[in-house]
Amino acid sequence: MNAAIPTPAFPPSPYSSAIGKSNVESHTLSVLVDNEPGVLARVVGLFSGRGYNIESLTVAEVAHGEHLSRITIVTSGTPEVIEQITHQLERIVPIHKVIDLSLTKRSIERELAMVKVRGTGEARVEALRLAEAFRAKVIDATTESFIFELTGATAKIDDFVELMRPLGLVEVSRTGVAAISRGPEPI
Amino acid sequence: MSRQMTGAEMIVEALKDQGVDTIFGYPGGAVLPIYDALFHQNKVRHVLVRHEQGAGHAAEGYARSTGKVGVLLVTSGPGATNAVTALTDALMDSIPLVCITGQVPTHLIGSDAFQECDTVGITRHCTKHNYLVKRIEDLPRILHEAFYVASSGRPGPVVIDVPKDVQFATGAYHFARNIQHKTYQPQLKGDRARIKHAVAMMAAAKKPIFYTGGGVINSGSAASTLLRELVKLTGFPITSTLMGLGAYPAPDPQWVGMLGMHGTYEANNAMHDCDLMIAVGARFDDRITGRLDAFSPGSKKIHIDIDPSSINKNVKVDLGIVGDCAHVLEDMVTLWRSESMVADKAALASWWKQIDKWRARKSLGFQNSKETIKPQYAIQRLYELTKDRKTYITTEVGQHQMWAAQHYHFKEPNRWMTSGGLGTMGYGLPAAIGAQMAHPDALVVDVAGEASILMNIQELSTAVQFRCPVKIFILNNEYMGMVRQWQELLHGGRYSQSYSEALPDFVKLAEAYGAHGIRCSDPAKLDDAIKEMIDHPGVVIFDCLVDKAENCLPMIPSGKAHNDMILPDEIDDIGSVIDDKGKMLV
Repeated sequence: MNAAIPTPAFPPSPYSSAIGKSNVESHTLSVLVDNEPGVLARVVGLFSGRGYNIESLTVAEVAHGEHLSRITIVTSGTPEVIEQITHQLERIVPIHKVIDLSLTKRSIERELAMVKVRGTGEARVEALRLAEAFRAKVIDATTESFIFELTGATAKIDDFVELMRPLGLVEVSRTGVAAISRGPEPI
Repeated sequence: MSRQMTGAEMIVEALKDQGVDTIFGYPGGAVLPIYDALFHQNKVRHVLVRHEQGAGHAAEGYARSTGKVGVLLVTSGPGATNAVTALTDALMDSIPLVCITGQVPTHLIGSDAFQECDTVGITRHCTKHNYLVKRIEDLPRILHEAFYVASSGRPGPVVIDVPKDVQFATGAYHFARNIQHKTYQPQLKGDRARIKHAVAMMAAAKKPIFYTGGGVINSGSAASTLLRELVKLTGFPITSTLMGLGAYPAPDPQWVGMLGMHGTYEANNAMHDCDLMIAVGARFDDRITGRLDAFSPGSKKIHIDIDPSSINKNVKVDLGIVGDCAHVLEDMVTLWRSESMVADKAALASWWKQIDKWRARKSLGFQNSKETIKPQYAIQRLYELTKDRKTYITTEVGQHQMWAAQHYHFKEPNRWMTSGGLGTMGYGLPAAIGAQMAHPDALVVDVAGEASILMNIQELSTAVQFRCPVKIFILNNEYMGMVRQWQELLHGGRYSQSYSEALPDFVKLAEAYGAHGIRCSDPAKLDDAIKEMIDHPGVVIFDCLVDKAENCLPMIPSGKAHNDMILPDEIDDIGSVIDDKGKMLV
């Protein structure tokens, strides 16, 4: 290495995250897109075509007037791969903005889950007690089952589901992660 | 101002408004209204190809040789699927295309109708962007947006799928010259502070090299001019990728030849040993880098590219500059001058001394013969006999392509058209037709192999019909030469299915199509035969019978580093140079 050539003070790429370590990390990307036919296929196709992971994916229109949808993708990879994913997403024509919320360090992530538990007697009482502790709501009940509605970070829902398993867990439906940055500014 | 017209008329009108004079296509049921609209005018010339893949490559040749957007028009179903290879080719090589496909009427979409296919679904992965136009109201905007998307930023192919009922429907047509796209606005100007830093890095470098690619060509002729200026100002050596040939004049002493798998010894060694690499509009493709973990290990790297995703994709760089090559190069030239920068002259002199040592190895050398035509010799003669004319060269894919890149020396941008990224056999003949349509007075030569040329040989009929006097120069070694070479390298010389069995008589084939055929197998008669080809006013197939066993060298074997090349005068047993790990690579 020639020491005489000055090392740039900038990150290597104008948009880049810190490069150097190469351990796999989980990142949450917020993607604002035009809600037009095929836009989700473009995003998902990019991930499958280039071999990236999708851990969770949520999509909904967030501004009806402007036909804007917000896609939240939880993905995993080395920082280099995550940076590459961000840039590849930015190349898609109907995409307005891609923000890596995990880089901002100031974001909130929530998931909603509906958890069906079947049981009677002590297990049933215990399930209800735990649901209360997790601030889960009962949204359907029969004499032998409950459906709990639970909102929270992914880890909290994972914990709840694990606790329900020995108590008669039947099935789980989860929305996947929705995320937003803290503070008054939009992404 | 808006006027009422049918969708089909809008398409033709939009082509005129975009300044399109030539399109390539093939009619069918789902595009009949558009063909009818074409029939009623004479501003847009339609070139009837013989297969839709040919239309795509012809549009690529037209685009690459002019810097304009190439346009093709194909029908639904098989028309669209046949165009897919050409679209993918254009995506890989960043060629601006607009492909208009017919589609079954909207009420039949999804019903598995005759000649229906999910065109936007199929082409989503092989286009920069695509549209299905379901309402006539959207058609004018989409038509013009497609040209904008295809040609802005990093160029690429765009598909517009138009159902037949939309072609018949009537609506208001409007055209606005300057499109303000709401999401797609590529950054043209590079960041000033970064450019300033790049220039400082260049001034401090002791062993620098410019590594330039197809992006410089895509950026327009100004980029090539500025590149030449910067290279002259700094006195640095320059190498180019396959796609970048012609941006810098090959006969110039600062040019060290093409780099990469079949690049020169001096270019690859200079890349390996440099202390500063300035990549301009190049994307660190695997054919360029060789073994990634041994790629130019001691250098700092500057990367100028209009596509942010190209930066740090394959190779980590020290300074990325997002912007159009021409803009960034202009800023660099201006800064170099205004800040009175000077390169380290003493260091450069010893760097050049080292490069000249590598150059003295004459890595493109070959054993010429008096009995058989060596393929390299054939290209050298073709170059010598055509270099003083306005000549455009296209190629198919394989050994002949690499020999053309090595031995034909390009002085201008946009004169060289080849399938670099996708490596599409069958590219050269239709691309030559496209280039010839754009430059009717130029000499257009498709350097071909006997196997590749058969992949789109039907376009010979197109060339004859449109009096497109392309010259097809076949280096005929009766093998899929590159496949044969790799079988010799990797598979013990077991030439599985790579012999070109049952070849046609190319002279008679030419005559059957109404073209002129020439055959030559004698090195002594080669010059006269090439002159005959050049002087013939019509389409020519030149069947040049060359050495059957010649290997394309030098070569970085797969899995090896830049400084680990096979040189033609060093190798006895080519079958022993690649290890098991390298055999896994392509």
